Amino acid sequence: MIKAILIFNNHGKPRLSKFYEHYNEDTEQQIIRETFHLVSKRDENVCNFLEGGMLIGGSDYKLIYRHYATLYFVFCVDSSESELGILDLIQVFVETLDKCFENVCELDLIFHVDKVHNILAEMVMGGMVLETNMNEIITQVDAQNKMEKAETFIFQSTRQDR
Amino acid sequence: MALKIVKGSIDRMFDKNLQDLVRGIRNHKDDEAKYISTCIDEIKQELKQDNIAVKANAVCKLTYLQMLGYDVSWAAFNIVEVMSSSKFTYKRIGYLAASQCFHESTDVIMLTTNQIRKDLSSPNQYDTGVALTGLSCFVTPDLARDLANDIMTLMSHTKPYIRKKAVLIMYKVFLKYPESLRPAFPRLKEKLEDPDPGVQSAAVNVICELARRNPKNYLSLAPLFFKLMTSSTNNWVLIKIIKLFGALTPLEPRLGKKLIEPLTNLIHSTSAMSLLYECVNTVILCVQKLRILIEDSDQNLKYLGLLAMSKILKTHPKSVQSHKDLILQCLDDKDESIRLRALDLLYGMVSKKNLMEIVKKLMLHVDKAEGTTYRDELLTKIIDICSQSNYQYITNFEWYISILVELTRLEGTRHGHLIASQMLDVAIRVKAIRAFAVAQMATLLDNAHLLTGNTQRNGICEVLYAAAWICGEFSEHLENPAQTLEAMLRPKVATLPGHIQAVYVQNTAKLFATILKSQEGNADGTTSEETTQLMIDRLPLFVQSANLEVQERASCILQLVKYIQKLQQKDVEVAEEVSALFAGELNPVAPKAQKKVPVPEGLDLDAWINEPPSESESEDEQPKAIFTKEEPKHSRPRHTEVDEKELAKRREARKQEQANNPFYIKASPSSQKVYQDAPGVEHIPVVQIDLSVPLKVPGLPMSDQYVKLEEERRQKERAEKKKKEKKKRKEKRSGRGKKHDSGPESEEDITPAHMVDIVTEEMPENALPSDEDDKDPNDPHKALDIDLDKPLADSEKLPVRSHRAAEALKSPVEDAEAENAGPQESKKKSSKDKKEKKKDKDRKVDAGNLITSTDLLHLVSLTDGFLFFVCDIQGNLQDGSQVVVSVIFENKCSSFLKSMEFNVLDSLNSKLQRPEGSGPHDGLTVPFQLPPGVSNEARFVFTVQSIVMPQKLKGTLTFIVKNEDSSTHEKLDFKLHFTCTSYLITTPCYSDAFAKLLESGDLKSSSIRLEGVNMPFHHLLARICFHHHFSVVERIDSCASMYSRSIQGHHVCLLVKTSAQTVSIDAKCDEPTLLGNVLDEIKQTFSQC
Repeated sequence: MIKAILIFNNHGKPRLSKFYEHYNEDTEQQIIRETFHLVSKRDENVCNFLEGGMLIGGSDYKLIYRHYATLYFVFCVDSSESELGILDLIQVFVETLDKCFENVCELDLIFHVDKVHNILAEMVMGGMVLETNMNEIITQVDAQNKMEKAETFIFQSTRQDR
Repeated sequence: MALKIVKGSIDRMFDKNLQDLVRGIRNHKDDEAKYISTCIDEIKQELKQDNIAVKANAVCKLTYLQMLGYDVSWAAFNIVEVMSSSKFTYKRIGYLAASQCFHESTDVIMLTTNQIRKDLSSPNQYDTGVALTGLSCFVTPDLARDLANDIMTLMSHTKPYIRKKAVLIMYKVFLKYPESLRPAFPRLKEKLEDPDPGVQSAAVNVICELARRNPKNYLSLAPLFFKLMTSSTNNWVLIKIIKLFGALTPLEPRLGKKLIEPLTNLIHSTSAMSLLYECVNTVILCVQKLRILIEDSDQNLKYLGLLAMSKILKTHPKSVQSHKDLILQCLDDKDESIRLRALDLLYGMVSKKNLMEIVKKLMLHVDKAEGTTYRDELLTKIIDICSQSNYQYITNFEWYISILVELTRLEGTRHGHLIASQMLDVAIRVKAIRAFAVAQMATLLDNAHLLTGNTQRNGICEVLYAAAWICGEFSEHLENPAQTLEAMLRPKVATLPGHIQAVYVQNTAKLFATILKSQEGNADGTTSEETTQLMIDRLPLFVQSANLEVQERASCILQLVKYIQKLQQKDVEVAEEVSALFAGELNPVAPKAQKKVPVPEGLDLDAWINEPPSESESEDEQPKAIFTKEEPKHSRPRHTEVDEKELAKRREARKQEQANNPFYIKASPSSQKVYQDAPGVEHIPVVQIDLSVPLKVPGLPMSDQYVKLEEERRQKERAEKKKKEKKKRKEKRSGRGKKHDSGPESEEDITPAHMVDIVTEEMPENALPSDEDDKDPNDPHKALDIDLDKPLADSEKLPVRSHRAAEALKSPVEDAEAENAGPQESKKKSSKDKKEKKKDKDRKVDAGNLITSTDLLHLVSLTDGFLFFVCDIQGNLQDGSQVVVSVIFENKCSSFLKSMEFNVLDSLNSKLQRPEGSGPHDGLTVPFQLPPGVSNEARFVFTVQSIVMPQKLKGTLTFIVKNEDSSTHEKLDFKLHFTCTSYLITTPCYSDAFAKLLESGDLKSSSIRLEGVNMPFHHLLARICFHHHFSVVERIDSCASMYSRSIQGHHVCLLVKTSAQTVSIDAKCDEPTLLGNVLDEIKQTFSQC
């Protein structure tokens, strides 16, 4: 199971937080801060796994992260997930974002966090991995975006009619 | 109308959307909080508008603010509104917001049941998908129960997109509603062979999660997974399956053999490292392969290699130990994660043979390590490694003590207390080492300034606590007790923390006693007198301490010493008596000992011994006590003159008392004798310690000396052994040939340097053997330990919607609907038609939703086309003959309702209270009118004479429905059900009062049994409390006593016990009829669930 997925930048500003277990807002912020603290002080060429972290953690949990340019992608998972599998999944996630936003950069995540959530929802559901095939994910995301566009179009045209 | 819409859309153009909000926040870096609070105000305004687009936009912004740490739970209802929008765009926003901020205690969740059900069955697959995704984040036990059947249907949906989501969410449903596992399992199993790989993967995922927790229930699926493993090409699925097999093989050894072939195939064929790793991880025989992983330059693989090693270590420690070099190398890695992993491995790898070497290496690291966290981690690991399984691997305790002493030189560690407790433990339990330990501790005390010099090193001064205690307790081993005593009485000691000072003071007394004793034979008494004078000179410093403990001990001991001084001046021999104060040995007690003492029969530890003091009393008295206590402390301690006879008498009395006191740890007779008869140390099984080793070698940490010595010793031993063997061989030259090879020595060959007698910890007599301490009763997966191979019983079907709806209406007004149906049917139909045309599209909540919620709240609810009617019946505590019925009327139609009249047909027992002057059959006018969609509450008072029987009152509500063009007169029949429960009032009760009540004998008893109640005990209690107005008096394990009182003062006491699925309720009440009825009602409550 995945307990949480966090994206934050090099300064620890959250860009996306998805908790699959309930915490109150204050604890969530603490977790983000603590995770950032743990992850950011690690060198570039060390391993991508991290045990520890007081708030999110416990013996069975691990932080698995990847660092891309200005962003950290951190998954907190338990032992039922394969470590390298999750690393691959993060890669798939980022590549999907890249396809959906066309050369994704931090600004895309800043302004369209809702879209990032929608993409993530096609990959991970309730803490379990739903889909790992990038093409399938993109197909579903596109189909939903098309639906949304159609709705706003009808909406706008009716508005103009009146 | 048109103008309004245009105006709305213009307004909307000026609304901030999410992007504007983000931009705004970025532009207000200096006053972000202020800016956001104005934004939240705007959002609140937007949420008040009727336009769903505006609301959705506002909710979208709230989701973003939630991520920044703002609590948005206040908007929960608006989120539900947006979720129920018919447009996918808004629905998705709503569900996203809900998934981010709803949780089990969000109360509006129960309003969503019907909306979610509607979305699940939507023709648009993405509506369904969005609902499933949202639900997976906030599913509650209630939602799981209500929707399990709908989701199960979706598992066979035509679209694979829906199927995979439905399959995946079932895991969450199982967790929240374990009863659904058995009925749903056959279909889940089917999905393992679904043609769509995504669905298949989801099913594998769910079953792996389930099997991980309770593998034995899933053994029967092994053949199916075996097939999947050989046929699937999806790495993700393969990894999961291999992980699953990892959990299954320990349970079924034959499986292991079967797996070897396909796994080796995979290992050789796959290019994916992740898959390879999992394979290797499962087939834990490939240690050599792991070595390759660890030696890899990729840090991730190195980490995982170490991780896998630690798993192998548990089963095949030997094969891992040969890679010690590699693992020690990893300790030098720059990556902390890897170093910690390696440390973990070392813990399991030590043996008698290599312990010293490993610890030596670790000590080097301690010196090099930067950053206190890692160093502290190293320190704890060293101690863990050495002390594991009762010091099993330590062959030389002198070495260990010196390691501990070396560790005290660490700067800024937090683990001073850890070192201290190790020192104490070793000194107490390893008798042979005491002399050495005492010498070391005395040096420590002498150099205490090194440890305390820097305030930053505060943690380490804990060690002095141990040092002082060891020196005091085992002072007979001290070479120069006077010097140590002096060290312990230095003025600098007063800067130590209080608890350490207290130990210092106490142990100076012990040292003092030893010195007196050793000087006793001396004709020249100057040494004793000098010591006494030293004590009298230095102790006053501690008498002035701010710490109570230090102060008390110091003044006590000071008085004692002064008295002794007097005796000394009279040339009285006192040493014997003084040392008798500290006679006896303290034995180590096992940490769990207290817990294991069986509670004597008939002893209730929770019961009050005396009446509990009232709170006000204690508050008043406390300050007084503080003042009176404080007063004498400023004056000098009084000198009390007690003559020696008196003292001896008292001492004798105290000994007697101690002997009779079962809680006093008595000195075993042998050790006491030893103290009295033999002042020497012969009684301790001391081994000859070779003191040719200097205690400190300048420049070289001393523990190294031991390593060398140990090596030499072992070599000598080996040589001797060889000699012996040679002899043997010579004797039996014709024997079986070369059997004993001179290869590496095995574990058993190493004999400890000292014959060490490790004292085991004491346990109380007849301690209860129990290993239940470790289990966590709150693990949600426990509930999922369900046998899946048993055929399904009829009773195990998932709740289906129609069934539940019927159940909801079967609430106390059961007949109302039926009665309504008759004469009004035609009228109703016509009005319904009319209504449907005008049906408000954005109606907030539909009636079905509310029925579920009111059902939960145990209210009487009733609805017809126009009016929604909820009532709650409550006894009136002030007046034993009154019952208040609160009714909430909600207008559900688009017309105006007015002139409502509430009337009830009185019975002999119960009468509606009407205003004076009105006849017994007149109705009461409801004091308000209802515009469309509005609800209001009215209260009606009934007088009731006897409350021992439940009763039903028939009533009618008449009202006028006013449309724009017409108005009609409508009538609604209902029944009010006055249950006996509604006469009960939740009253708290103390357990002693409760016990008295039960003892009084005025109560009649009765009991019922409920079979097949399948819910946690605390839920059961909560249900009784909630539905039947009881309060829990006391709860012990699966047994609880509960209390309630009727409005006429009847006491109702329950004793609820549960075992397996049977609940037995023994009840007592002063009114048997009332009791019988209440019990019947409780039974009914549980039959409905």
